[in-house]
Amino acid sequence: MSVRRLAKEQPASFAFSIESQVKADWWIAKYPAERKQSAVIPMLWLAQKQEGWVSEPAIQEISRQLTMPVIRVLEVATFYVMFQLQPVGKLAFVQLCGTTPCQLRGALDLKAVLKAKIGQANDVSADGKFSWEEVECLGACCNAPMAAINDYYYEDLTPESLAQILDDFAAGKSPQPGSYDGRKASEPKGAIQTLIDPSLYDGSLAQKITIPNLPSAAPAPAPEPAA
Amino acid sequence: MVGILEDKDRIFTNLYGLQDWGLEGAKARGCWNGTKDILDAGRDWIIDNMKNSGLRGRGGAGFGTGLKWSFMPKEVKDGRPHYLVVNADESEPGTCKDREIMRHDPHLLIEGCLIASRAMLAHACYIYIRGEYVREREVLEAAIKQAYDARLVGKNNVHGWDFDLYVHHGAGAYICGEETALLESLEGKKGQPRLKPPFPAGAGLYGMPTTVNNVESIAVAGTILRRGAGWFAGFGRPNNAGTKLFCVSGHVNLPCNVEEAMSIPFRQLMEDHCGGVRGGWGNLKAVIPGGSSVPMIPAEQCEDLPMDFDALRNLKSGLGTAAVIVMDKDTDLVRAIARLSYFYKHESCGQCTPCREGTGWMWRVMERMATGEADPKEIDTLLDVTTQVEGHTICALGDAAAWPIQGLFRHFRHEVEDRIATYRTGRLHVQGASLIAAE
Repeated sequence: MSVRRLAKEQPASFAFSIESQVKADWWIAKYPAERKQSAVIPMLWLAQKQEGWVSEPAIQEISRQLTMPVIRVLEVATFYVMFQLQPVGKLAFVQLCGTTPCQLRGALDLKAVLKAKIGQANDVSADGKFSWEEVECLGACCNAPMAAINDYYYEDLTPESLAQILDDFAAGKSPQPGSYDGRKASEPKGAIQTLIDPSLYDGSLAQKITIPNLPSAAPAPAPEPAA
Repeated sequence: MVGILEDKDRIFTNLYGLQDWGLEGAKARGCWNGTKDILDAGRDWIIDNMKNSGLRGRGGAGFGTGLKWSFMPKEVKDGRPHYLVVNADESEPGTCKDREIMRHDPHLLIEGCLIASRAMLAHACYIYIRGEYVREREVLEAAIKQAYDARLVGKNNVHGWDFDLYVHHGAGAYICGEETALLESLEGKKGQPRLKPPFPAGAGLYGMPTTVNNVESIAVAGTILRRGAGWFAGFGRPNNAGTKLFCVSGHVNLPCNVEEAMSIPFRQLMEDHCGGVRGGWGNLKAVIPGGSSVPMIPAEQCEDLPMDFDALRNLKSGLGTAAVIVMDKDTDLVRAIARLSYFYKHESCGQCTPCREGTGWMWRVMERMATGEADPKEIDTLLDVTTQVEGHTICALGDAAAWPIQGLFRHFRHEVEDRIATYRTGRLHVQGASLIAAE
């Protein structure tokens, strides 16, 4: 557990933009009408996407829309660590995975880069553009070490590539998420030895089939002659 | 051919995302083929075949999937709808398989949801995906939209089983991977696990009969039924059937996800698929074979080790999610486990005292063990505390926090003792102000 409190300085008000409100209503419609408080996490997330962080007025607005007591929304906002309770870097907010699989492959070196380029964890840089934090396993361990920057994953990082990504953000570019080691996803780099049989992909698996062991009562479909 | 499994027997044919993830591509790879025949065969047939396939849940516990489905009430009574909830809150350190399924083969998952819902008489399914998987959620939502547009799912779909599928997301809580915490979270609350019983099959989501399954367990269902239970049961040793996604990370030359037959020898998995251990097989020190929650095993036990549930249980470890974390001889094992202890301290939900207090206590002591600033007697105290956390909490997070530490000391106690001795050499007063344990 970690202690998480609302920021001391809060904005005067919060309102969902028209676009966010459409999304919020779309989320609420996913749940049975009398269970709309299920949408609390997605709505807090929408508020955070809109403002950059979750403020007290946002919590109150969500509690009003979902007819939940404010304390229940506050509980959720402080329990789940993806909700940022104070402002973060506006241009790039780096969440570096520091758990063991990433640590084994060099996350500590990446941490040094972030400290040198941005500053201490959780501090927003003086220009308000950058901040970073260390987070727990982000579930991309075959592509370790990695970091999530503004929600998207930057994988197979080295101190050099991470520094370059930060420089690109600072220069106003938007660096591509994904692997920085030339990989497409989590395949063995340059040595794919599986999933190479062309018959998997030539459409032959889409031909009509007979399901094995069907109960005798169900009429088995006649096999179609091969085209 | 490398490994044991042939390409024609792989279920996840777009694991690496080199093909089209969309509906057309998925259909060309055999997805949605014969789905209606499977659904028409009925609940009992589906459940019997899932049982016969020997599929054990892929989320870590290894409970029989067909058996789990059979626990759902046989009919919908008193207007209490049934729910299927798919656990896509993949957060176990080392594990990154469900992510690949959702972003590269989402239609296998959607088809599996439909089949599983038919088997448990559910007309609605929620997929709970972890909040950090933003890109994966976008792909999954797009794939579901394709399925709705093609009337494969939804009301009055071509399969004749009304079925609505929704994606829900979390916000960064590992504990929500525990099934009852996940249900709490889905209901819009803090993710704190519920006491069982009642089990979800009796009172789950919104108090209704619910089954929670891992993504991989659901996504393999369609292919298993299409190709027959016997086909799936033919891989692996008895009681450990099927194919499995292995996520290999850490000190290997080519970290990757790969689908292999269960019970593949560990060494073959390393050398055929992962380019071998960094620095050669002889450089292997220890392996965490099933995600961070299972105890590590030393290199000498890995020589002829089949990677399956029973073999690893016999070594007092476990297959878990088959997330293999490889550590070579350069690894500071104490530091690696101390980092895991921090993980569990961070992720404890705070509900049960042994876990809330114990995880922090264990982490602080582990940090001192990592530097050597400890008393050799403290090792036994630490192990004693792990046994007091283990088994004394509502959910298994307490156990999961205790096991990595127990595994470390079971096999590498001498290493910690050496470190303490080295630290003490030349220091007159070690025991003193700097020793902290409980806050």
